[in-house]
Amino acid sequence: MATAIKVNDLPKTEVPAAQRPAPKMSARKVNLWYGQKQALFDVDIDVAKNSVVALIGPSGCGKSTFLRCLNRMNDTIDGCRIEGDIRLDGRDIYDRSVDVVQLRQQVGMVFQKPNPFPKSIYENVAYGPRIHGLATNKAEFDEIVETSLKGAGLWNEVADRLSQPGNSLSGGQQQRLCIARAIAVAPEVILMDEPCSALDPIATAKIEELIDELRQHFTICIVTHNMQQAARVSQKTAFFHLGKLIEFGDTDEIFTNPKQQMTQDYITGRFG
Amino acid sequence: MTELVSNGGRFAAITQRPPRPEAVVAAHTRRRYARERRFKLIGMGAVIVAIGLLAILLATVLSNGAGAFQQNYAVLDVRFDPAEIDPSGNRDPEALADADYQAVLNDALVAAFPDMDDRQGRRAMRAMLSNSSALQLRQMVLDDPSLIGSTVPVRFLLDDERDQYLKGEVDPSLAEANRRLKDRDIALVDRLAEQGRIETGFNWTLFTNADSREPEQAGLRAALVGSFWMMLICFLLSVPVGVAAAVYLEEFAPKNRWIDLIEVNVNNLAAVPSIVFGLLGLAIFLNLFGVPRSASLAGGLTLALMTLPVIIVVTRAALRSIPPSIRAAALGVGASPLQVVFHHVLPLALPGILTGTIIGMARALGETAPLLMIGMIAFIANVPSGPLDPATALPVQVFLWSDSPERAFTERMAAAIIVLLGFLIAMNVIAVLLRKKFERTW
Repeated sequence: MATAIKVNDLPKTEVPAAQRPAPKMSARKVNLWYGQKQALFDVDIDVAKNSVVALIGPSGCGKSTFLRCLNRMNDTIDGCRIEGDIRLDGRDIYDRSVDVVQLRQQVGMVFQKPNPFPKSIYENVAYGPRIHGLATNKAEFDEIVETSLKGAGLWNEVADRLSQPGNSLSGGQQQRLCIARAIAVAPEVILMDEPCSALDPIATAKIEELIDELRQHFTICIVTHNMQQAARVSQKTAFFHLGKLIEFGDTDEIFTNPKQQMTQDYITGRFG
Repeated sequence: MTELVSNGGRFAAITQRPPRPEAVVAAHTRRRYARERRFKLIGMGAVIVAIGLLAILLATVLSNGAGAFQQNYAVLDVRFDPAEIDPSGNRDPEALADADYQAVLNDALVAAFPDMDDRQGRRAMRAMLSNSSALQLRQMVLDDPSLIGSTVPVRFLLDDERDQYLKGEVDPSLAEANRRLKDRDIALVDRLAEQGRIETGFNWTLFTNADSREPEQAGLRAALVGSFWMMLICFLLSVPVGVAAAVYLEEFAPKNRWIDLIEVNVNNLAAVPSIVFGLLGLAIFLNLFGVPRSASLAGGLTLALMTLPVIIVVTRAALRSIPPSIRAAALGVGASPLQVVFHHVLPLALPGILTGTIIGMARALGETAPLLMIGMIAFIANVPSGPLDPATALPVQVFLWSDSPERAFTERMAAAIIVLLGFLIAMNVIAVLLRKKFERTW
C-alpha cells in the first residue's frame, strides 16, 4: 500500500481540448433540489476513462448526492429534481430514450455499508448477470461468478463456500463481495459511496489496492471522507462545499498546491 | 486548547460543586433499586394474572367439553326378522326401504327386557335410544340385505339424557319432578348397564354429522365444511388482493394527498366493527349479486372484505421493515422496480406477511357477527357439498348450541369451542413455523 501521496499517472501539461480524449462521463451545470432545498449548484466534472475521481468535502456537501446523479439513483427519491447535463460517452443519461435499468448496468454502484443480498455468495454475484440475461447456462454463470470474485480479490477466500450466505462473511469481505456483484454485470463506470467507512484499516487497504487494479478496466468515481484515501487512490479530486464544486483538479495538485483557500483549509483539517 | 483555558470558568459551576454526602447517595440508590423491584413485581403480577385467567378459561372449556368426545352406546342383539322386513322374500329394495324397522327395534328391546312388554314400557325403552335407531337398522339392511334372517349385535346411540346420566351429569338424588330423566328411565339405563349392554366410544358423530335437534346426533360437520370453504374463499381473495394493494401503496404509489387519504381509510377499515362488514356483505353480495343466503361463498366473500384491510396493513408494515439498503443494492445492479419487489423485498417480507395473514385468517375463522347478517345462523342439518350450499361456521355453531336448553348441547358447545381453539392454535403454530422457515437475517 502506498503511504506517500502517489504521483499522478496522467500527463500534467495541459493538452489542447481537441486532442484530449473525450471523458467517460461528464457533468455540466448540474443543479439538484430536494423539494425546495437546493443541494447542488452548477457542478461541472469530467471523469476520464480508466481513472479514479475522488469526491471529498465535509458532511452534507452534496458529494454523495452528485455521485448518485451519475447512475440516476436519485430518481427513487421523492421530490428530487435535477437540472443540467450528465453524459456517459457523450449521451445524455437523463434523456427520455435512456432506460435507467440499462444505465445502471453500465454505471454500477458500491454502497457505504456492505449490503449483500441475504442469499448465497454465488447468488449475490450471479443475480445481476441473471436479470440482464448475460449468461444462459450454469457453466457461463459459474465463469462469471469466478471471474468477478477473482476481480474483487475474494475468490481465494470463498471459493470453497460459494453456497454460504453472503452475510456470513466479514465486513471487508462483504464489501468486496458487493464489488464483485457490481463488476459481474460488466459495467463501464463504478460509483463508490464511501466504500471503506464501515471497515477496519486492513480491509480498507485491501479495497484501496483493489480500486487501483479495477482502474485498469473500469472508470471509478469514489466518495470518501478520508483525505489520505483520496490522495492514495485517485488521479483527480473534486472538493465540494455546501453543494458547490469548489475545486476540481489533479489529485496531487489539490493536495499539495490547492488553488482555493477553502480547499487548503479543508485538506489541512482546519474545518470539516 | 487555548480556547479551553481561556474559558475554564465555564466548567467551574460543574467541577466545583460540593460532593453529595454518602448517605444521600446511598438513599438515592436504594430508592432507585426499590423502584426497579416494584416495577418488576408489577410486571410479573400482570403476567401471572393473564396466565391464570387463560388457565381458568381453558380448564373450564376442557372440563365442560371433554365429555362430548365420548358417547355411550347401547348394544342390542337385533334379529332381522324376514317376516317383518321382507315378507315377500324377493329382496326388492323398495320393499326393504319401506319395511317397519321400528318393529324390528321394538322386538330387540323387548328381547332385552321381556318384563317391559307393555305400552308404557315400550315407550320408555324407545326413548332410551336415539330416534335415529330405526333408520340405522334400515340403512344396515339396505347396505347388506344378507343380514335378513340373522341376529347380530348392533350399537345404538344412547339418548342424550341417558348419556348424560351415565357420564354422571344427572343427579339421581334430586327430586324426580326437578329432572327430565325420571326414576323409571334411570332404572332402565342401570339395568342396561348391568347387562353389559353399554359401550363407551369416541364420539365420531360429532365430526361426521351436521347439526340436529337431537343432541346425540348433532355434529360439527356442516360447520367444519362451511368454515373450510369460507377460509379458502377468504384466503384466495384477500391475500392476493391485499398483498398487491400493499405492494402498490408501499413501493410504487406516488406520495401525495390521495394516497395519504387511501392509507388513512385502509387503516380505519381494519378497525371497523365486523358486523358492519356483515351488513355490507348482505347489501352487496346477497342483494346486489344474488349470492345464495347462508352459502359459504357469501360468508367467504364477507370475511375477505373484513380481512383485506388487516392484510394490507400487516403487509405494508412487513415491506417497510425491509432495510432500504437491500432495495438500493438491487437497483444498483440494474434491477427494475418490479424485480426489486419480486426478487428481494417480497421474499424478505414473506415471513411477516404470512404471519399477519394467518393471524388475520384466524380472526376471520373466529368471526360470528358478520355471518349472522348473511343468514349463516340457519339450522343446517345437511353437510354442504359445495360453497353454494347452505352452511354454517364453527363459531356460529357454538352460538347456536349455546342457545339450546339440553345439557348435552352445553357439553357439545364446549367441545365445539375446543375444536375451534384447536384450529386457531394450529394456525398460529403454522404461522410461527413459517416465520422460522423463511426468516432471514441481514
